[in-house]
Amino acid sequence: MKYMNKSITELHDMLINNEVTSDELVKESLELSHEVEDKCNAFVTILDDAKGGEVTDDLLSGIPYGIKDNYSLKDVLSTGSSNTLKDYVPFFTATAVENLSKHGAIPVNKTAMDEFGMGGTGTTGHTGVQKNPWDTTRMCAGSSSGSAAAVASGVYPYALGSDTGDSIRKPAAYCGIVGYKPTYGMISRYGLFPFASSLDHCGVLTRSVRDAAIVVDGMKGIDHRDMTTWDSSSIKLNDNLTDDVKGKSLFYIKELVEIENYDNPSEELKRHLEIFDETVKRCESIGIKVEGVSIDKKLLEAIPATYVVISCAEATSNMSNLTGLIFGPRGEGNNYIEVMKDHRTKGFSPLIKRRFVIGSYVLQTENQERYFKNAQRVRRLVVDTIKEQFKKYDGLILPVGTGVAKHLDGSKDILRNDTSALEEHLQIGNFGGFPSITIPDGFIDGLPVGVNITGNCYDDQNVLNIAYALEKTMDYKGQIAREVQ
Amino acid sequence: MGKYNVTIGLEMHCEVSETKSKVFSSSKNEYTDIPNANISPYDMGFPGVLPVLNKEAVRMSLMMSMILNCRQPEYMYFERKNYYYPDMPKNYQITQNPPEDCVGMEGYIDIIREDGSTFRVGIDNIHLEEDAASMNHLYDTSVIDYNRAGVPLLELVTKPDLHSADDAVAFLEYIRAIYQYCGISEADSKKGQIRCDVNVSISDGETLGTKVEVKNVNSFSGVRETINYEIKRQSELKDAGRYDEVVQETRRWDEESGTTIRMRSKVDAEDYKYFVEPNIPRYKISKEWLEEIRASIPELPYERKEKYMQEYGLSDYDAGILVKDINIAKYFEKTISLGVDAKTAANWITGNILGYTYKYEIQIQELYLTPERLTVILDSMRDGKISSKQAKELFYMVLERLEEPADIMKKEGMQQISDDGAIIAIVSEVLNENLSQIEEYKAGKTNMFDYFVGQVMKKTRGQANPVKVKEILTEELAKR
Repeated sequence: MKYMNKSITELHDMLINNEVTSDELVKESLELSHEVEDKCNAFVTILDDAKGGEVTDDLLSGIPYGIKDNYSLKDVLSTGSSNTLKDYVPFFTATAVENLSKHGAIPVNKTAMDEFGMGGTGTTGHTGVQKNPWDTTRMCAGSSSGSAAAVASGVYPYALGSDTGDSIRKPAAYCGIVGYKPTYGMISRYGLFPFASSLDHCGVLTRSVRDAAIVVDGMKGIDHRDMTTWDSSSIKLNDNLTDDVKGKSLFYIKELVEIENYDNPSEELKRHLEIFDETVKRCESIGIKVEGVSIDKKLLEAIPATYVVISCAEATSNMSNLTGLIFGPRGEGNNYIEVMKDHRTKGFSPLIKRRFVIGSYVLQTENQERYFKNAQRVRRLVVDTIKEQFKKYDGLILPVGTGVAKHLDGSKDILRNDTSALEEHLQIGNFGGFPSITIPDGFIDGLPVGVNITGNCYDDQNVLNIAYALEKTMDYKGQIAREVQ
Repeated sequence: MGKYNVTIGLEMHCEVSETKSKVFSSSKNEYTDIPNANISPYDMGFPGVLPVLNKEAVRMSLMMSMILNCRQPEYMYFERKNYYYPDMPKNYQITQNPPEDCVGMEGYIDIIREDGSTFRVGIDNIHLEEDAASMNHLYDTSVIDYNRAGVPLLELVTKPDLHSADDAVAFLEYIRAIYQYCGISEADSKKGQIRCDVNVSISDGETLGTKVEVKNVNSFSGVRETINYEIKRQSELKDAGRYDEVVQETRRWDEESGTTIRMRSKVDAEDYKYFVEPNIPRYKISKEWLEEIRASIPELPYERKEKYMQEYGLSDYDAGILVKDINIAKYFEKTISLGVDAKTAANWITGNILGYTYKYEIQIQELYLTPERLTVILDSMRDGKISSKQAKELFYMVLERLEEPADIMKKEGMQQISDDGAIIAIVSEVLNENLSQIEEYKAGKTNMFDYFVGQVMKKTRGQANPVKVKEILTEELAKR
């Protein structure tokens, strides 16, 4: 590996100074794609015909990157890692990708994922399981599993992800890289296969905060094809990135991070929360005030169920267009109902079917008040509670998950009920549409763990600056996965 | 009608045909016979497409809401109605879900019957949604045309305030006229732009009877027949003591047999699992915009009718017919702007012209006989160049031959003979040939006069000016 372990700004300087050509970068990235495909099963499609592009003053020009397979890419297979779209070739490109193309960015592969983003393990896609490059017996987490594995392996400096619950930020943590989803509506979702529209965000996985800022600058913008986008033209994340964060303040939720709240905590959890403490101290060392805030445990524990109800309900409806009648493999049967049933029965994995059943159930007239409407109320309550704190603090800082990447076979992982709120709190960022970034903040037995910073809507710059300053206090920026033995 | 109280409620779907693009996509909103010509990825539900609300469609909907004296919502938002059917490729329809807020709530409209009496129809709601694709079921296959998918559709739901087929049709005709007058829709049922669901029940007391819904009645004559058929069917069952056979169900109108046919029971009604459409952010409708829309409501049919009666002295009946369809009103106004007397124009339009358009089922604006051509005919008649009989003949010739009236008049040698000398000559000729008849006339058989007139007209192939003929004939007979 000569180039692809470098950052966007480093590569850009080398391209401008003619130390390397865009063609050479693309060629190396394609070679690495095949290696990482063999090792991690990270891709649905590798674009072997990809060529370098023009190099301009634009930081992204001529540099290869990866696209999660739920982004539509014109004339390229785009499956969402689902059998229902296993041969689907869109005739239009997602706005976010189109925007990157305007900056001269070069896509080299489409990354594998949990089917339609509806999973957190990277094990449910139609091309099989994505393995964690740090330890191939472990998962990457999902759903942006292929993107995380590829960026962590150094296939290119960045890959696109999407995030409905934690699908960028969790795999970033498990793979020791940066994962950022900006405020809802900053990046157009046009052309992104929907999972749950009110929670879906586009975003990016990188190896540094600056790279995340550069890429989102390139992806974002108001889009007349997505009514939920807003004009962010005055926001220039990379230009205004600064490590001067003196006087900023963060809060953490005591109920989630104080070890006393867990009975018989595992060594891993203890270590994970110690690392978090160390991270808090680093924050304080650069002038950020960090305080613990107490939030009703009942409310915190309601988050995962709220997420399941809302996301499954929207997903059921969003994915009812997948019938195999207009696109996707045509099912067999004597009438359209049989044809659709056959297509959907064969096409979807059991996990998705389960979610569809939940989604339908909670939307039924007799259940809607009890489940769907109540979930929306809890969502509002959670968002209001957190927004209340944002009046006092610049952001929320919390450890990502309960430790390191889980084992693929699941046998060695102890499942606990009392850690579910810690495992799933990143969903708060989706409930509120908050800007949210995960960066690596330590290791447990050679495997990376991450910390997350989430801020108020439209306050992306502040969130990135804090993450940028914090990143500088640690040695994990730009790290490439080193396989543990 | 009959001995039972009849209660009717209507749901009238009208496509908004006058926006440039569809309600949630940028494809053209234009009727065409070429299948799948006006479509976009959104209309076909491809993965990753998103709805973008057409502001013009909302403006038109709010205008309609105001005309129907409805309450407008503070916030605009939409809901998803989830159901699987191939005419709706997303398998959900973006619509509004009253009694949740929609473009118009709780209004009313007053309708004037042909006899001048009025009645009020309560409006439950009017809401904006996207139309489905149109399907054609062939022998062993079905074909889908997505041109119609996503066309803005306004669904108007009345209160059960109607009590006869006549009133129901009068209501629908008036609403259709409003759509046309406001430039919202052509409201042409032949293009499938209007579709109605009809709810009918009968009772012999105060409490309402069992409501039967008849879906997808696609013409006003169909609505009339449906209502009358249902009243008859339900009454007969009630008369026979079998009213329990009238059940809450959905039926459909079968044009061929002139009957309604059971589709499904209301009990198996589908659960549409409505929820708020997350891709269209809820937005506040400003007071300023509402005022702007209100100020832009054009002259409506009843106002125009009043004008025709006051300014042009037309009868209630004629004025009523002229304003029913904006294209007829436009034709009328164009004709009088070309100098034709209003009453003459009204007589010709309500008589000959509408007789012709109804007979051949064409639209007045499609006639070869434009107001300009009509004016040539009527002016020639007024100036005595042709007789009224000739004018009528010329009218049909123009429509059949698609030739200019002036050319036909020339070719056919059509002109009225008003020259005294020529008429005297012909009258003398006729009298000379009918000497015995003159004697009968002189003997007191005065109706022989008409016989002589007839003979003169026959000889001149109707070209003689009948007034002149009568004058000269009287004089000539006196001489004999």
